[in-house]
Amino acid sequence: MRARPLVAAGGVIACLIAIEVVAPRVLNPYYVTILSRIGIAVIAAVSLQLVNGFTGQFSIGHAGFMAIGAYASAALSVFAGAALLESVSQVVPLALARIVYFPLVLVFGGLVAAVSGIVVAVPALRLRGDYLAIATLGAGEIIRIAILNIDAVGGARGFSLASSAHPAIDLRFESLAGVFGVAFVTIAVLARLVYAGGGLAFRAVREDETAAESIGVATTRVKVEAFLVASFFAGVAGALFAHSEGYIHTNSFGFVRSFELVAFVVLGGLGSITGAILAAATLTALPEVLRGLGEWRMVLYSLLLIATMILRPQGLLGQRELWPISRLGRGAK
Amino acid sequence: MENLLQQLLNGITWGSIYALIALGYTMVYGVLKLINFAHGEVYMVGAMTGYYAAHALGVASTPSLGALLLVLLVSMLACGLLGALIERVAYRPLRGAGRLAPLITAIGVSLLLQNAGQLVFGADPKFFPALLRSEELVRVGGIAVSNIQVAVLATAIALMAALQYVVRRTRFGRAMRAVSYDAPAAALMGVPVDRVILGTFVLGSMLAAAAGILVGLSNPKIDPLMGLMPGLKAFVAAVLGGIGSVPGAMVGGLLLGVIETLVTGYLSSTYRDAIAFVILVLILLVRPTGLFGAPQTEKV
Repeated sequence: MRARPLVAAGGVIACLIAIEVVAPRVLNPYYVTILSRIGIAVIAAVSLQLVNGFTGQFSIGHAGFMAIGAYASAALSVFAGAALLESVSQVVPLALARIVYFPLVLVFGGLVAAVSGIVVAVPALRLRGDYLAIATLGAGEIIRIAILNIDAVGGARGFSLASSAHPAIDLRFESLAGVFGVAFVTIAVLARLVYAGGGLAFRAVREDETAAESIGVATTRVKVEAFLVASFFAGVAGALFAHSEGYIHTNSFGFVRSFELVAFVVLGGLGSITGAILAAATLTALPEVLRGLGEWRMVLYSLLLIATMILRPQGLLGQRELWPISRLGRGAK
Repeated sequence: MENLLQQLLNGITWGSIYALIALGYTMVYGVLKLINFAHGEVYMVGAMTGYYAAHALGVASTPSLGALLLVLLVSMLACGLLGALIERVAYRPLRGAGRLAPLITAIGVSLLLQNAGQLVFGADPKFFPALLRSEELVRVGGIAVSNIQVAVLATAIALMAALQYVVRRTRFGRAMRAVSYDAPAAALMGVPVDRVILGTFVLGSMLAAAAGILVGLSNPKIDPLMGLMPGLKAFVAAVLGGIGSVPGAMVGGLLLGVIETLVTGYLSSTYRDAIAFVILVLILLVRPTGLFGAPQTEKV
């Protein structure tokens, strides 16, 4: 039994290496970009699922945390990262330094976003239901507009990684395997978190907060924890987005983006990690698949969204999980 | 001082438009407990319908009060129908399916109207026909009052008075208040809940259409995405006044308009959009039920 996680991890790493080697040779860059966006959408959707689906709190400002992760990590790279990489590259090969550097950047983006998540969550969690949702919406917009007014990170011009003082160092991080790897880690961490024994606390708060409190669940702490973890991974997703696109603008993180993330979570099924993954992947790919329809594609996209919701109000998967996460789910239920 | 009064007047004019949109949010929330995110788009369709109606009716280049009223009427009727259609197709099938599924269809309808709008109306901005020739009506102690401002305020006040009459004095209004107070109990008393909800959407959408026309008068540039920000801010206004409260939406809209204009005039215009959300967060933290909302007791 002990060896199984190791085998699984080995399998995943082998797959990622295969993706890294094969994908750029087989797929054209357009598909690689789409796949990488899907990976980022999955990370953000799964993290939001923890708050909305498992803890039963309703956040509709998640893109704000993505924005913080994106801008914090991009600022780090532009103002310090390039110089750091340049000096390190005198000693060790640059390629090696980048392999160590990029995960650190992602964690940095995640940490800054997590701090902001706490700042938002602690006062906002005094509210419930719709009022909490409205407050997170407001917080997300305040974050976006505040960043829009910081001139050091480009303001309304947007922020390009190429604006670093060391143009010779490429700060972009275009690795499909990297994105998928981070997505895999996110999914694994969140699945463990909600389906291991302690994860019952999240679902207890969702089902009945008063009852949960009465049997000794520290409901406020559980809710803050959910926000903390969710905003951390949203920040990581934002940092990945910033470093794979190479240019970010606050328009990518408006309430429209937040709504899109909520749609992933509800359409996939509230309380289903695999549902969120499926919905995020489908809804991110759909506008590209429909590209042949020209102007009609977004009309069809919204019609499909409405129709799916009416036909399956509980979401694609409801609260069920698909393999392999279903194995975790069964143990805890 | 004169400048301040002028800003106040501009703020009230702008705020009355927010108030008209906010009423739709608050009424729908009252009867359905749904945040109708597609409402901002109904306002956009109202402005667009006004644009096409004015051209079709041949009044686009003959400014007069009659032309304004005619266009207003056509656009309100069209949007009333649109509101009924949205409720019937996107929200009624989800009655009883929890509160999140309709929220997603609301987002879907909002996206649909934006994108269909870009397809049908074209993505480029249009210029709303001048239904009133802009002129300075009176000048009181240095404050210029234009006829457009008077028309906007008068229309908004008339519509709000009419709404207040409908809500307070008619059978339909009583049914609406009953559904908003306790929908299952109202149904038991023989109130046709579904019809009341439909009627509420029609009323709210008509007010949004009027707001669209009034915006066209004062800020003639209209485009298919114009509903996004004002829609969201009108929603903030509804929360500020107390979501679910009709007088609250009016006061919230006016307040938000005045505060925004003052902030733009005296502090910084770049923070204009942020101020609404700062107010939103503050009011939620201090008094979540808004200025006019009754505090909720938590039931176990």
